[in-house]
Amino acid sequence: MGIELSVNGRIVSTGADPSTPLLDVLRNHLDLRGSRYGCGLEQCGSCMVLIDGKAEYSCAREVGSVTGRSVTTIEGLTVDGRPHPLQVAFLQEQAGQCGYCLSGILISAKALLDQNSSPSRADIVAALDVHLCRCGAHPRILRAVEKAAAMIREGASS
Amino acid sequence: MSDTLPLSILNNRRLEKWLRFDPDRTLRLAVGKVEIGQGVLTALTQIAAEELDVGIDRITILSGDTAEAPDEGSTSSSQSIEVSGRSVRLVSAELRQRVVGRLAQRLNCSPSDITVEDGSFLLEAQPTGHDYWSFVSDADYAADISGSAEPKSPSLYRVVGQPVPRKDLIAKVSGAAFIHDIVRPDMLHARVLRQPSRGAALAAFDEAAVRRAARGDFQVVRVGNFVAFVGPDETVVQRAAVSALGHTRWEGVRVLTPAQQEAAWFVGQPSDDRLIGDAAPASSSHEVVSATYSRPYVAHAAMAPSCGLAEFQDGHMSVWSHTQGVYPLRNSIAEILGLTKDQVTVRHAHGAGCYGHNGADDAAMDAAVIAKELPGHCIRVQWRREEEFGFEPVSTAHRTMIRAELDASGRPVDWTTEVWAGSHVQRPIYGGLFLAQEALPNPPPPARPGDPPEANGGGGTRNGTPLYDFAAKRIVHHLALSTPVRTSSLRGLGALPNVFAMECFMDELAERSGMDPVAYRLSLLSDPRARYLIENVAARCGWASRGPAGTGRGLGLAWSRYKNRAAYACVAVELEVDQEVRLRRVWCAADAGLVINPDGAKNQVEGGIIHAASMTLKEQVTLDGAGITSLDWASYPIMTFSEVPDIATEIVHAPDQPTLGMGECTFGPTAAAIGNAVAHALGVRVRDMPLTRERIAEVLARG
Repeated sequence: MGIELSVNGRIVSTGADPSTPLLDVLRNHLDLRGSRYGCGLEQCGSCMVLIDGKAEYSCAREVGSVTGRSVTTIEGLTVDGRPHPLQVAFLQEQAGQCGYCLSGILISAKALLDQNSSPSRADIVAALDVHLCRCGAHPRILRAVEKAAAMIREGASS
Repeated sequence: MSDTLPLSILNNRRLEKWLRFDPDRTLRLAVGKVEIGQGVLTALTQIAAEELDVGIDRITILSGDTAEAPDEGSTSSSQSIEVSGRSVRLVSAELRQRVVGRLAQRLNCSPSDITVEDGSFLLEAQPTGHDYWSFVSDADYAADISGSAEPKSPSLYRVVGQPVPRKDLIAKVSGAAFIHDIVRPDMLHARVLRQPSRGAALAAFDEAAVRRAARGDFQVVRVGNFVAFVGPDETVVQRAAVSALGHTRWEGVRVLTPAQQEAAWFVGQPSDDRLIGDAAPASSSHEVVSATYSRPYVAHAAMAPSCGLAEFQDGHMSVWSHTQGVYPLRNSIAEILGLTKDQVTVRHAHGAGCYGHNGADDAAMDAAVIAKELPGHCIRVQWRREEEFGFEPVSTAHRTMIRAELDASGRPVDWTTEVWAGSHVQRPIYGGLFLAQEALPNPPPPARPGDPPEANGGGGTRNGTPLYDFAAKRIVHHLALSTPVRTSSLRGLGALPNVFAMECFMDELAERSGMDPVAYRLSLLSDPRARYLIENVAARCGWASRGPAGTGRGLGLAWSRYKNRAAYACVAVELEVDQEVRLRRVWCAADAGLVINPDGAKNQVEGGIIHAASMTLKEQVTLDGAGITSLDWASYPIMTFSEVPDIATEIVHAPDQPTLGMGECTFGPTAAAIGNAVAHALGVRVRDMPLTRERIAEVLARG
């Protein structure tokens, strides 16, 4: 009954209409409110989630299109109470001001680091360029991703 | 003493309004200023921890709550540390003095023999068995704050001046953290069908068509021309709201033209005119030069469209909002909905960075209007992205003409800054109206637009008086009596366009007289703090080896003291102009006196540089037809990761100087440094923001 998908490693079923945006299902049906509504137009990146490991917008993505697929949200970055190195690094660098853009940015950064644990500054910029940050925390965010990459290379679990 | 007390204390005299030691060995600090991403709550916590010598982790902070926290007006204008910080320092010092004095009497010693370690009192380094939790009495809490206690000397600071990390960021990198994420019992989602403009009337509405499109259960709440779609499923009400745009007909909608989106449109419009400063010279034998600069309408463009929650239960309206001022919002809601102030509680919840008066208050009012119609439910209003861009108050277009009379050396002896702009602040407390209020039956007439008084830094006149040593200077201000779209406060108000104009003009004057722009400035500037910053930045950016103009590569510099009395900042920008402007490097030095949290200060300074650079190079609200046409991030682009330059910042260490608000200090200098660097790169001056490819091509084509 309904649409089945994996969210943060758990199989869930939703009775939502298949055309419902994935973001609405995550926030309102599954109570995962860390993925954020910024535009609904796939323009700002606040809603970014991993779908089968790839960073994707969830605001205009119909939930019916992710049947049987694996979705990871910001809540899924913390495993057994242990924050992901990206979360640790963002807090160490105080990489944010209002923080609204951060959950989406962390998702794209995770997609990058999962593929490439030694990204160049240009690689990071390219991975994050679809994300908007209005507060101007960009330099800190770039430093935090570099720091997380170093932490992962040095053996922190990801 | 009381005439020197900060306004925050004068309005909240009892100690219990601010501090409360709770049985779990925590201290609750309550403040009226709110977190808008600037880290203010961390800085205020540091100040209380310092003065009371209570571990910072024991302090919880309650901010922006009309039921429990003090009334400190709005969180705006870089006043939070200057005013609230000073208040928290005085309140904390006073409580400590009261309590330690009483303990000293009991122990028959001098208060100076008692020290405090994480809230416990020691006598000659030995425990006394007493601490704040056991010793603070009801009489202490009930006492009026006199402001007579002497705060700690900055030389003793252990917590203030340290880069204490923000606690609120933890949730923001982990999950739910914002007003948007609040879930209440019996919550209904709502979307508003916005009245296209004041006075427009809903002539036809095809509800059946909207219901077919929405595919789910919702109700229509209509009061006058205020219409909302309300239901248990957010997706359904969103569909209803989007569909309704195509199934309604409004009459009496305003019609705008693109000409109105430029600042030049203000010239000749009805205005309130005034002169501030020296009388205008009757005649002159000096050489006179002038130039005109402009910035168009710009948006706050917060990352999150506004959100508000309200529930009306047993005659009481509870509201959650990311407003900058819970008390002013509470008063407005009470007045508009016919309730007493006691019947309304407004609590602050975190939103995206707002940078001024955006849709936050309107969304809260929307929710309250709907909640009044549907008692017993919590109404959650979420604005759509297009709604935020289309209906939030924007910052007015702003035109600044500078006219200078020059002596034989090419230096000004007489300076006039002439400004044409709409109002820079129309918060409801200054007479601005809420969108919902205009749509309800019998809306009040619009108030005559005003601007903040000069004592508060002015609005259109902000930073318009140069701090250079000119013999005579004045501002002529034409405050337009109407604007095509609603305008209100945005970071720095008139400071950015005025500093852009004045500091660009200084470069132009230097060039006319064949002088180096930095040397020219220093020859006219006696303020030592400003001189230090300019010399610091000039040395770091390699000013002395600056190349010739017109090579496509530019280096520009500018400075200001925000509001002519808050923090100082100097910014240099290196850039390249091909078809577009590409920022390469930015150097900044800022002086904000005593800095509470140096990492937070740096974050503000650098964020201000990027925000200002985005505005200077890219941003313009466009107008046509019924209103604003820049309704998404494609039509209102802002700076992205690949466009952000490297930034090197130095914050001057000046712990013996009073703290100066710094959230806006880099805004004007960044805009002007970019303007000067573009002129250096091109050999031609572009005076109208944003400095886009099109504007540059236009200026180059004119020759």
